[in-house]
Amino acid sequence: MLNSKIPAGSLDKKWEDYKGHCKLVNPANKRNMEVIIVGTGLAGASAAASLGELGYKVKAFCFQDSPRRAHSIAAQGGINAAKNYQNDGDSVFRLFYDTVKGGDYRAREANVHRLAEVSGNIIDQCVAQGVPFAREYGGLLSNRSFGATQVQRTFYAAGQTGQQLLLGAYSALERQVALGNVTMYNRHEMLDVVVIDGKARGIIARNLITGQLERHFGHAVLLCSGGYGNVFYLSTNAMGSNVTAAWKATRKGAFFGNPCFTQIHPTCIPVSGDHQSKLTLMSESLRNDGRIWVPKKQNDTRKPSDIPEDERDYYLERRYPAFGNLVPRDVASRAAKERCDAGYGVGSSKQAVYLDFAFNMDRYGRIEASKRQLSNPTPEEIRKLGKEVVAEKYGNLFDMYAKITGENPYEVPMRIYPAVHYTMGGLWVDYELMTSVTGLYALGEANFSDHGANRLGASALMQGLADGYFVIPYTLGNYLADDIKTKPISLDHPAFVEAEKNVQSTIDKLMNIKGTKSVDHFHKKLGKIMWDKCGMARNEQGLKEAITEIQALRKEFWSDVRIPGEANEFNPELEKAGRVADFLELGELMCVDALHRRESCGGHFREESQTDEGEALRDDNNFSYVAAWEYKGESQFELHKEALEFVECKPTQRSYK
Amino acid sequence: MEHYTMNLTLKVWRQKNTGTQGKFETYPVSGISSEMSFLEMFDVLNERLINEGKEPIAFDHDCREGICGACSMHINGRAHGPWAGTTTCQLHMRAFKDGDTITVEPWRAGSFPVVKDLTVDRGAFDRIIEAGGYVSVNTGNAQDANNILVPKDKADAAFAAAACIGCGACVAACKNSSAMLFVSAKVSQLALLPQGQPEKKTRALNMIAQMDKEGFGSCTNTGACEAECPKEISLTNIARLNREYIAAGFTYEK
Repeated sequence: MLNSKIPAGSLDKKWEDYKGHCKLVNPANKRNMEVIIVGTGLAGASAAASLGELGYKVKAFCFQDSPRRAHSIAAQGGINAAKNYQNDGDSVFRLFYDTVKGGDYRAREANVHRLAEVSGNIIDQCVAQGVPFAREYGGLLSNRSFGATQVQRTFYAAGQTGQQLLLGAYSALERQVALGNVTMYNRHEMLDVVVIDGKARGIIARNLITGQLERHFGHAVLLCSGGYGNVFYLSTNAMGSNVTAAWKATRKGAFFGNPCFTQIHPTCIPVSGDHQSKLTLMSESLRNDGRIWVPKKQNDTRKPSDIPEDERDYYLERRYPAFGNLVPRDVASRAAKERCDAGYGVGSSKQAVYLDFAFNMDRYGRIEASKRQLSNPTPEEIRKLGKEVVAEKYGNLFDMYAKITGENPYEVPMRIYPAVHYTMGGLWVDYELMTSVTGLYALGEANFSDHGANRLGASALMQGLADGYFVIPYTLGNYLADDIKTKPISLDHPAFVEAEKNVQSTIDKLMNIKGTKSVDHFHKKLGKIMWDKCGMARNEQGLKEAITEIQALRKEFWSDVRIPGEANEFNPELEKAGRVADFLELGELMCVDALHRRESCGGHFREESQTDEGEALRDDNNFSYVAAWEYKGESQFELHKEALEFVECKPTQRSYK
Repeated sequence: MEHYTMNLTLKVWRQKNTGTQGKFETYPVSGISSEMSFLEMFDVLNERLINEGKEPIAFDHDCREGICGACSMHINGRAHGPWAGTTTCQLHMRAFKDGDTITVEPWRAGSFPVVKDLTVDRGAFDRIIEAGGYVSVNTGNAQDANNILVPKDKADAAFAAAACIGCGACVAACKNSSAMLFVSAKVSQLALLPQGQPEKKTRALNMIAQMDKEGFGSCTNTGACEAECPKEISLTNIARLNREYIAAGFTYEK
């Protein structure tokens, strides 16, 4: 059944052996092979550039007006790599181990080890491209810490690491466009995969400017379309981030892995009102220098500056002395929710905790004063010097916070609350990143493979670029080597005609509903169901209710949504409608998955399964597997299990105390 | 912060597509919270237009946190509106007061044709990058990252230039519709770094040639681009681009 194709041999030799033995495609044949790539974020852009460099004929698609705008651009804090530049004991094994443990033992060991192995190459590649990472005065690269690790292995470019990495990959992509190896299709949205004789052979895409449907052939199709956090309506994702490409693949037979594994990020700016359209992350790197606290007294309405030190509860430092404010995201998020639910929340909504920089600003100010040999510096001088240090590290984040909230975080603590951020689940893929449909691949956040039930900070960028730069160039060749005799298939093939007809009829159906409610109306309702019942804490009753409610909402959507304008023009409402229609199906599957997994692990917290101290309690005897769901028709999903074997990292109760 | 609600009048550019004539339409909007972002105010208006059976206003937007560069509104005659160093999506309604009339237009530049309403086509920027906005290094070619030493001040200056989000505000703000700030940001980033040296001459020459081909205007050093840039890209980058371009022109050997 589910063959994950993990190579034999010891864990640290698997990838090397694979590379040594996989099939190759000679350069002349590569020029005749066409590859379709959907999405141009870190995974898609790096794959398109690398495959173009190898000589494949690449067609890349993005729904944005330029590939540079993919949502990888918004990643803030950094990218991990096992370089051990800081001589603090890091190694490939430690990065691998931290990632498997951080994922609460629900990731595939072989994939994670490969990720750790290539992590160093990514940094080398990006630096060679001219990515301006932060540096020390000696000209060497600088590192910082991130959650759940005790080494400094995170490379960064202020709070704009994702931007700089994506622009590096984007420029490599544009270079291949100039050379004619990659054809770029901006403002195009993939609306179906075309499968011929059991193999993915192309896509149907809609030109978003003209509304025309287009058929595109490819010997293979790579989905690099990101995560599905927007199923919650409010998330840190971009407004356009969607599950459509992955969901169309699911409906064509690709299995969906661990759909309920969602990451709720602990440090986001709290919701301010019903008008809210998205949530903004404040990078996890801030937890290096910010201390999280709430008042010790319930419903304390004093200003933070009026609450004396001994009346503050630094609850992460209290509960988790070993990792303190740098516990993993799932742990930090649940702890914030616990405090707020117990009545200790702050701000007008009481759904927030403080993230306070005063302590470390003072510490940095003293260090700077000492460096400058200022004897007896005044508190004002210390403050000014400390502020300069913090501004250099996190300036853009502080500015962003100030613009959104109207408060100055240099003066008053930030107010933060958890928000949906990343989805560990995604299309099930084997070791070669191929989905259960032959010739259809999924890279980056769109696949399920490397992060288990909880992703560690600064690992998403690493995975996207690992898949695109260093994994797919080998694994795709291994598949295409057997396909060199396949000539481009005519776009008049019945499978293309049929797929386009189906897409067209869905669009016609949507346009003809002519109901009374906007797409956003349904999206917000779906988001509320998901957040309340399939969010930070889940239980059997809530999930069952959610499934019924989503089914009813979906019915209402298909009878009452209103889409203005025409189908054959630039129509953002129609685009949104198609995406929300897919979210309405995915949301149900997420609840089905969450319901079946009667254990807590990582970001998936089932209230029925917790330790006496309220920590997530895994059930390794019954749930140490990947849940890969097969679509069998509306509301019908069949479960396939891929058992997880742990050779190097023996599962234990995760402890950050 | 004190919150307040306000009633506003919006004058918005409506244009069906590239080939048709556009015009301003006036919309009263009420009950807008000072905590909303500018685009959330547009969401409220669009929701109302949909409920009234009218066509909502099309505008580009995606990340809504000031980094993707998609949003692009010309607000009361200023690219991205009244706040310095801020994209449209990060502009909040605190910037306005009850009773204000706000005029919203798309970027106005011949090289950025209007797609619909407030949405424009900025494909010219991608083509300028294609002309040379990269280091020619294939995947797998790289040496160990710490073998390349970059002085911190140079790395910081390269980063400041690389922070450009490609939104096009510099072009929209310029009376000549010049793209010099955009081009200079990329040329500067790579000219400041050792990795960019081998191709520095062709990069400057080819990117400028493409910029001219796209129909962007010349730079007359007015500085409007720097004033309106949401990422506060410095005008000194243009000076550096001019130096790179002139030096390349004098010494290029092909």
